[in-house]
Amino acid sequence: MTSSMMIFYLLAALLVLSSLMVVFQRNVVHCAMALVAALFLIAILFVTLQAAMVGVLQILVYAGAIMVLFLFVIMLLNPTALEPRRGLSWGFGMLVALLLAGALAALVSHNEAPADPFAATELFGAPESLAKSLFTDFVLPFEIASVLLLIAIVGAVVLAKREHN
Amino acid sequence: MVPLNHYLILSAAIFAIGVVGVVIRRNLIVVLMSIELMLNAVNLTFIAFSRFLGSMEGQVVVFFVMAVAAAEAVVGLAIIISVFRHRQSLDPQEMQLLKW
Repeated sequence: MTSSMMIFYLLAALLVLSSLMVVFQRNVVHCAMALVAALFLIAILFVTLQAAMVGVLQILVYAGAIMVLFLFVIMLLNPTALEPRRGLSWGFGMLVALLLAGALAALVSHNEAPADPFAATELFGAPESLAKSLFTDFVLPFEIASVLLLIAIVGAVVLAKREHN
Repeated sequence: MVPLNHYLILSAAIFAIGVVGVVIRRNLIVVLMSIELMLNAVNLTFIAFSRFLGSMEGQVVVFFVMAVAAAEAVVGLAIIISVFRHRQSLDPQEMQLLKW
C-alpha cells in the first residue's frame, strides 16, 4: 500500500466519521462543528486530486462564510429543546439510506473506471486554467450565477425582515 | 494513485449519510446542513472525474455548485428565521398548513 492510498483511507475514515456526527449529534452546534470538519476534509481531498484552487475556495466559501451564517442563525434562534431521540421516520430513513448506499455502491463498483489517470500537467487545477475556462467557455453561466447571487441577497433580506404593520 | 472507484464509493457513502439526515432529523437547521453534505459529496465526484479524465470542466461545475449552494443556504436560513418567528418551532413535522 502506497502512502497516497494510506492518506486517502485516513481522510475517508475521518470524513465518514464527521459526516455521521453531523447527522447523529443531538446538539445543533456540535452538528455544525462536525460539518466544518467534514468540509475541511473534503477540501484536503480536493487538493490531493490536483484541484488546489477549488479546495481553497471550499475552505473560504463553505467553512468560512456559509458555516458562520449557520452558526449565526443557530445563536439567533437559540433552539434550546433537544429534539426527541428517535422520531417516527427513523426506521424509514435508515431503510432508504441503506438501499440508496447499496445501489450506488453496486453501480459504482461494477463500472469500468479509467485505472491509469491522465498525466496531470503543471497547469491542471491552477487558478489560471480555471479562470481561462470560466471566462471563455462558461461566461454565460458565470453571469447567470452572479445574477442568482444578487437575487438570493435581495430575497434573504426580504424574507428575514421583520414585518411592520 | 488511488483508483477512481474509491472516490466514487466514498462520495456515495457521504451522500447516503446526508439523505439519512434529511429524512430522520427533526430540526430544520440540521436538515439544511445535511443538504450541504449531499452537495459536497457530489462535488467530490465531479473533482474526481475531472482529475481522472483530465478535463477542467468538472472544477468549473464545482465552482457553480458552490455559488448555488451559497444562495440556497442564505435563502433557506432566511425562510427558517421567518418560520421560527411565526411558530416558535424548528420541527418540520409541525409545518403542515397545506396538509388536508
